[in-house]
Amino acid sequence: MTLVLPIAEAWTDVGAVSDIPRRGSRRVPTPHGDVAIFRTGDGAVFALKDRCPHKAGPVSQGIVHGRHVTCPLHGMVIDLSTGEPTGADAGKGCAPPVPLKVEDGRILLGRT
Amino acid sequence: MSKERLVVIGNGMAGCRAVQEVLKRDPDRYEIAIFGAEPRVNYDRIMLSPVLAGEKTFADIVINDEAWYAANAITLHAGRAVTGVDRERGVVLAEGGLEAPFDRLILATGSDPIRLPLPGADLAGVVTFRDLDDVEAMVAAAKPGARAVVIGGGLLGIEAAYGLVRRGMAATVVHLVDILMERQLDASAGFLLASALADKGVETELDAVSEEIVGQDGRVAGLRLKDGRTLPCDLLVMAVGIRPNTALARAAGLEVNRGVVVDDQMCTSDPRIVAVGECVEHRGQCYGLVAPIWEMCKAAAAGLAGADGAYEGSVLSTRLKVSGVDVFSAGQFAGGEGCEDIVFRDAGRGVYKRVVLQDGRVAGAVLFGDATDGPWYFDLMRQGAAVDDIRETLIFGQAATEGLRGLDPSAAVAALADDAEVCGCNGVCKGAITGAIEGQGLTSLEQVRAVTKASASCGSCTPLVEKLLALTLGDGFQAQIGPKPVCGCTHHGHEVTRKRILAEGLKSMPAVMQALEWTTPDGCAACRPALNYYLLCAWPGEYRDDSQSRFINERVHANIQKDGTYSVVPRMWGGLTSASELRAIADVVDKFDIPTVKVTGGQRIDLLGVKKDDLPKVWADLNRAGMVSGHAYAKGLRTVKTCVGSEWCRFGTQDSTGLGVRLEKFMWGSWTPAKVKLGVSGCPRNCAEATCKDIGVICVDSGYEIHIGGAAGLHIQGTEILTKVATEQEALWAICAATQLYREQGFYLERIYKWMARVGLESIKAEVEDPERRRALYDRFAYSQRFARIDPWAQRVAGRESGEFNPLSRRMEFAPA
Ligand code: SRM
Ligand SMILES: Cc1cc2nc3c(=O)[nH]c(=O)nc-3n(C[C@H](O)[C@H](O)[C@H](O)COP(=O)(O)OP(=O)(O)OC[C@H]3O[C@@H](n4cnc5c(N)ncnc54)[C@H](O)[C@@H]3O)c2cc1C
Ligand code: SF4
Ligand code: FES
Repeated sequence: MTLVLPIAEAWTDVGAVSDIPRRGSRRVPTPHGDVAIFRTGDGAVFALKDRCPHKAGPVSQGIVHGRHVTCPLHGMVIDLSTGEPTGADAGKGCAPPVPLKVEDGRILLGRT
Repeated sequence: MSKERLVVIGNGMAGCRAVQEVLKRDPDRYEIAIFGAEPRVNYDRIMLSPVLAGEKTFADIVINDEAWYAANAITLHAGRAVTGVDRERGVVLAEGGLEAPFDRLILATGSDPIRLPLPGADLAGVVTFRDLDDVEAMVAAAKPGARAVVIGGGLLGIEAAYGLVRRGMAATVVHLVDILMERQLDASAGFLLASALADKGVETELDAVSEEIVGQDGRVAGLRLKDGRTLPCDLLVMAVGIRPNTALARAAGLEVNRGVVVDDQMCTSDPRIVAVGECVEHRGQCYGLVAPIWEMCKAAAAGLAGADGAYEGSVLSTRLKVSGVDVFSAGQFAGGEGCEDIVFRDAGRGVYKRVVLQDGRVAGAVLFGDATDGPWYFDLMRQGAAVDDIRETLIFGQAATEGLRGLDPSAAVAALADDAEVCGCNGVCKGAITGAIEGQGLTSLEQVRAVTKASASCGSCTPLVEKLLALTLGDGFQAQIGPKPVCGCTHHGHEVTRKRILAEGLKSMPAVMQALEWTTPDGCAACRPALNYYLLCAWPGEYRDDSQSRFINERVHANIQKDGTYSVVPRMWGGLTSASELRAIADVVDKFDIPTVKVTGGQRIDLLGVKKDDLPKVWADLNRAGMVSGHAYAKGLRTVKTCVGSEWCRFGTQDSTGLGVRLEKFMWGSWTPAKVKLGVSGCPRNCAEATCKDIGVICVDSGYEIHIGGAAGLHIQGTEILTKVATEQEALWAICAATQLYREQGFYLERIYKWMARVGLESIKAEVEDPERRRALYDRFAYSQRFARIDPWAQRVAGRESGEFNPLSRRMEFAPA
C-alpha cells in the first residue's frame, strides 16, 4: 500500500532557491513523475516535468545555460520558460512547465 | 484663520523633499515643524560614500542649510527624536517631553541598517553605514595600515570598502552570495566588478558565511568565517541591508506590514497622516533608492496641497559610485520568461553590456565599464518603446543607433558614414576598409585584416567587416572559413582560446568569456565544458572546477542510461581483480537490486541500472572493499588494458600487466580533452590490442615500443610508432609526456588520433624524444596529478555535493492527485 498524505494547500514549499546551484537543477519526486527545478546563472527559477519530449530523458540532469537546458541524452536544447525544444528541434513537443512561485527565497510548487 | 500645522518626522531625504514639494504648490498653507533624530540639517545621504572616500566634505553635501529653514519659517528640531504619535490628541511627542500638535503629519523615518545577530556584534569597532556619525566613526578608525572587513557585497558595502581603501585601510568585502551586487548584476558583470575592485585594492570573499566577530579587549579583532578562516580587522562594517523604520507607526496603531502601508496618495491608514521614503510599503513594495522617493513626495505633496496626484510605483535603476568603475543596472537585468539577451563585450576596454528584450521591448540592462547609455536604455524601458527596428545596433548605444532607425542591418552598415569607426582596437574607419577593398582588390577577411588591421585584434568587429566586404563586393564575397569557433557563443577557435588563457593569465570562466568577448552571458553546453577543461589544464591546483559546466556523467561520476538510471564501473587496475573485490561487487548488486552486471570491452565490470539516489551508498560499499571510480564517464584516463605478460605467458617478454597497473595507478583521475585508453601487450602477438589504443605499448625483448594514435570506435586505424625505450621507467616518462602534450594541445573532444592528424606525428615525436622537453612535460603532468589522483566517489561518500544526489524535497512524493 502506498502512503497517501493529504496536502491541502495548492502550493507546496519544496525548498530554498539557494538549495539549487546556479546553472544547476534539483529534482522533486511527485506521484506523477519527477519535477525538475532549475536555477539559472541569473538566479531565475523554473520548473518543468523532468521528461524530455524526445525520448523522455531526465532534463534535470542537463547543462543549464542562459535560460536553456541541454538534455543529457541526445542534446535537445530546451527553453526553460516554455519547456519547448529550440533551434532545429523547435516544435517537437514539450516538457510541460509546472506552476512555481518564489516567495522570500522559498520555492513553492503548484499541483502537477 | 490660523495656518494648519504640518509636522514632519524625519529630516532626511524624503521628509525635506516632501516639504519642498508642498512649498512649491502652496507656500502659505502650513506652519511647518520638522523633527530629525540627527543633530544636523538636511543633507544628501547618498553622497556619504564620497565623503567617506574623502572626495567630498559634509559642507558639499548639505541640501538645505539653516537659511532655508529660516526663510520658510520652518521650525527644525534637530537632534530630537520623536518618541510617539498620539493620534487621538493629534500631537507628536518628542525627546525631552516636547509636544507638537499637528493637523497633518508626514512620516519620513527612513530605514534602519540591519545588524546581523552574530556573536561579537556589540564589540567596539563594529559599525553600520547609514548616517554621518557612522562615516565619522569609520574615518576615525581608518588609520593607514589598519584593516577593515565589510560584511555585505551590495552597493553600500562596496562603496564603504572603496571609501576605506581611499582612506588608507586594507578592506575586504565578505559576501554571502557568489556574485557581488547580485540583485543588480549578473554573474559576468559581478565578476568584472570584483576584478575592478581588486585593482583598486578592495578584496572580495564571495560565497563566504560570517560566523563570529572575534574581539580583543572589547574591540573587534577579526571576523571568523564558517570555513574556519579568520579575517583580522580593526573595523567591521555591516552593510547587509536595511529594514523600514516603522516603530512609531506601529506604536501609533497605523497599518504596518514590512513598511508603513500607504495608498497611491501616500496616505496611511489614518487619512491625516502620509508617509514617504524608505519607511513605506506601497503596493507591497519597499524601496531603498531615492528615485522612487522623489515621485512619492510629489504625490504626497499634491494631496497635502489639496490637488490630485498619485504614485504608481517605480522602475529602478542603479549606479555604483566608485570612481573609475562604471556600473549601471536597470529592470529585469537577468531576463526571465520569454526574454532574449543581446550581449556585447569589448575586452580591450573592459566593457560588458547586456540588454534584455521581452516582446520586442527593453526589459532591463546591465552595463559594466561603459555606462554612458544606461539612461537611454532606462528611458526606452520605461517608455516601453518597441525596439525591433533598432535591434541590430541597440547594443552599440544611442549614438550608433540614432539616424539608423528603420533601416535593415546591411542598410544600416551601408548608411554608416565613411569616417565611422568600425574597428575600435586599431582605429580603422569604414572608409579605410571599403577603400582598401576596392582600391587593392581585397576579397577576404584575412586580406582586409592584413592590409587595414581592421578586425585583426579582438575580432569583435568581424561581422561588421564581413558585411562591408559583402556590400562592396556583392556576390563576389564568400564568408571566411577560418578556424572553427568553439561554438555559437564566440568567433574564436579552440587554439586561440587555449593560448590566451595562458598568455593572459585568465583563471576563471567569466574571465575567459570577457577577454574573448563571448556573446552570451554564460556560454552554452558546448563551450562551458571545453573552457572548464582548458582552465583546469592550464591552472592545476588553482582553478576551481565548475561542476555545473560538466556533462552529467562527469558531474555525478557515473554514466547516465537511457532510462535516467546510472551505471557504475569501478577500477580494476590493469584488468586485475580479486576474490574480495568480486565478492564486494556481488554484495552491492544484491543489496541495491542492481539489474545488470556486465563485463565491459575494457576489462572490467559494469553495474547497470543504479538509481541516482543510491550512487553514494553503492560507492561507499565499493570504497570499503578498496575500489575507486573507474572514470568510465570521463574525458580522462579510462582503462589500461593489459595481457598476462611475462608473469605467466610463455611468450611474454616483459611484465605487461605490471606496467599497465603502474601506468593506471599513476595516470588515473587525469582530465584530458577526450577519453584516453591505454593498452600494454607483453609481445607482438598483441593480445591487449595495444595498437588500436590512444597510446599502446608493445613489449619486446629489448624494451618497449610506444605506439600512439590508434582508433577502434567510430573510426578504425592502427597506431604509429612514437618512440622506443629500454626501461619501464622511460616508458612511463614517454607515455606521460605524450599525454601531457595532448592535454595541452588537444581541442576539447578531440581524441588523440585526431589531434595527431592535426599537429603531425613528427611534432609529437620531437617533444617526446628530446630529453629536456620530455622531462618538462612529464613534470607538468606529475604536478597536475597531485590534484587529480583523488577518488571522486570517496569525496561524494563523504558528503560533497550531496544536493546532487538527493531530491530537493520529498514533500510532494505522495501528494494526492
Ligand atoms: C561499457 C562499454 C561497452 C561494454 O559493455 O563493453 C562501453 C559503453 C559505452 N561507450 Fe564505449 N564502451 C566500452 C568500450 C568501448 C571500446 C572498447 C575498448 O575500450 O576497448 C571502444 C572502442 C575504442 C575507442 O575507445 O575508440 C568504445 C568506443 C566508444 C565510442 C567511440 C569513440 C570514438 O571516438 O570513436 C563512444 C562514443 C563517444 O565516446 O563519443 C563510446 C561511448 C560509450 C558510452 C559512454 C555511450 C554513452 O555516452 O552513454 C557507453 C556507456 C555505457 C555505460 O554506461 O557504461 N564508446 N567503447 C565499454 C566500457 C569500457 C570500460 O570498461 O570503460
Ligand atoms: C551611504 C549610502 C549611499 C547611498 N547611495 C545611494 C545611491 O547611490 N542612489 C540611491 O538612489 N540611493 C542611495 N542610498 C539610499 C538613499 O540614501 C535612501 O534611499 C534615502 O536616503 C532614503 O530617504 P528617507 O528620507 O526615506 O530616509 P533617510 O534619508 O534615512 O531619512 C530618515 C531620517 O529620519 C530620521 N528619523 C528616523 N526616526 C526618527 C524619529 N523617531 N524621530 C526623528 N527623526 C527620525 C533619521 O535620523 C533620518 O535622518 C544610499 C544610502 C546610503 C546610506
Ligand atoms: S556500441 Fe553503442 S550501444 Fe553499445 S555501448 Fe557503445 S555506444 Fe552504447
Ligand atoms: S531524450 Fe532528451 S534529447 Fe533525447
